[in-house]
Amino acid sequence: MTYEGMLAETVAFRGHNGDVGEAYYARPLGGGPWPGVVLIHHMPGWDEWIKEATRKLAYHGFATIAPHLYFRDGPGSPDDVGARVRAAGGVADAQVMGDVAGGMEFLRAQPYANGKVGVIGFCSGGRHTYLAACSLEGIDAAVDCWGGNVIVDDPKQLNAKRPVAPIDLTEKIRSPLLGLFGNDDENPNRDQVNRTEAVLKKLGKNYEFHRYDGAGHAFFNASRPAYRAEQALDGWTKVFGFFHKHLATPAAARAA
Amino acid sequence: MCSYIVEKAKLLGSAKGPNGWMRIDTANVYYDHPFHAPLDHALGIDFINEAEGGRERVAVELSAQSARDLVEKILAALASGEIEHGKTAHHAAVD
Repeated sequence: MTYEGMLAETVAFRGHNGDVGEAYYARPLGGGPWPGVVLIHHMPGWDEWIKEATRKLAYHGFATIAPHLYFRDGPGSPDDVGARVRAAGGVADAQVMGDVAGGMEFLRAQPYANGKVGVIGFCSGGRHTYLAACSLEGIDAAVDCWGGNVIVDDPKQLNAKRPVAPIDLTEKIRSPLLGLFGNDDENPNRDQVNRTEAVLKKLGKNYEFHRYDGAGHAFFNASRPAYRAEQALDGWTKVFGFFHKHLATPAAARAA
Repeated sequence: MCSYIVEKAKLLGSAKGPNGWMRIDTANVYYDHPFHAPLDHALGIDFINEAEGGRERVAVELSAQSARDLVEKILAALASGEIEHGKTAHHAAVD
């Protein structure tokens, strides 16, 4: 019998400016060492689906932390806190990057970590993932799931919290990037995905984009009508394959 | 899509939430992913008291068609009510 187990719990982590906040953390039990993944939640917040996705990654062998990016606006239920953040115009990019860096630090500090860390984000978290790949040191693989506003066509959308269009930072990407998109999505739409890919290609970045017919935004989310089982199954398979490829424990460490 | 677009409506009134009645002065209105409604996008309205920090809210998430229907019904109820009661009652209460 092969032992299979998982621990999923709320933990404290140190984020931007040293602020201590809460995160949902799930990791496989037994064996290891395990690669780590920071999961960046979507605009609605730190909700049930985000926690399901965190456990799903742990099930597939990744110690995964999902920082609650809105913890500074608590206490309260995640939906009420999310409403406060929305009313205040969202969270600042710099703060999110600090929290993601804090999540990466948390993962690498664990005794069972293999030292490799990936980042994945959905929706606005996809945009944050692209930004993290451009801005943060130490990311070994990044997965952008339908992140909107990577390309900013209307400069009025830029403000103090989101001062730069992520596409303009593409030159700084150092990690491999996987992008998953639905062809029926309106943000990002097909044209924006094509333009993003063109920039990555022109700059010689290590990326792979996959586009799905019959799918729109958030097609992984089984609690929404947008869910597309076939496309989601294929998409998750690509996520796990990508992370296993780039976050695997080095052979030397396995032998030790 | 995930947007940060919020329309703010200043208003006068009260709303009843889990902690009972509260005075409200603002409605934050947006169209985005809902938290609870089984929809990809919903019209959300958060009734809050911004003057007191806005930490409590009374929230609804409606389909786009429901929201449009509701707007019509609100206007219809106001029109028939004002015929019945007169417009001055509301203005007197606000002033």
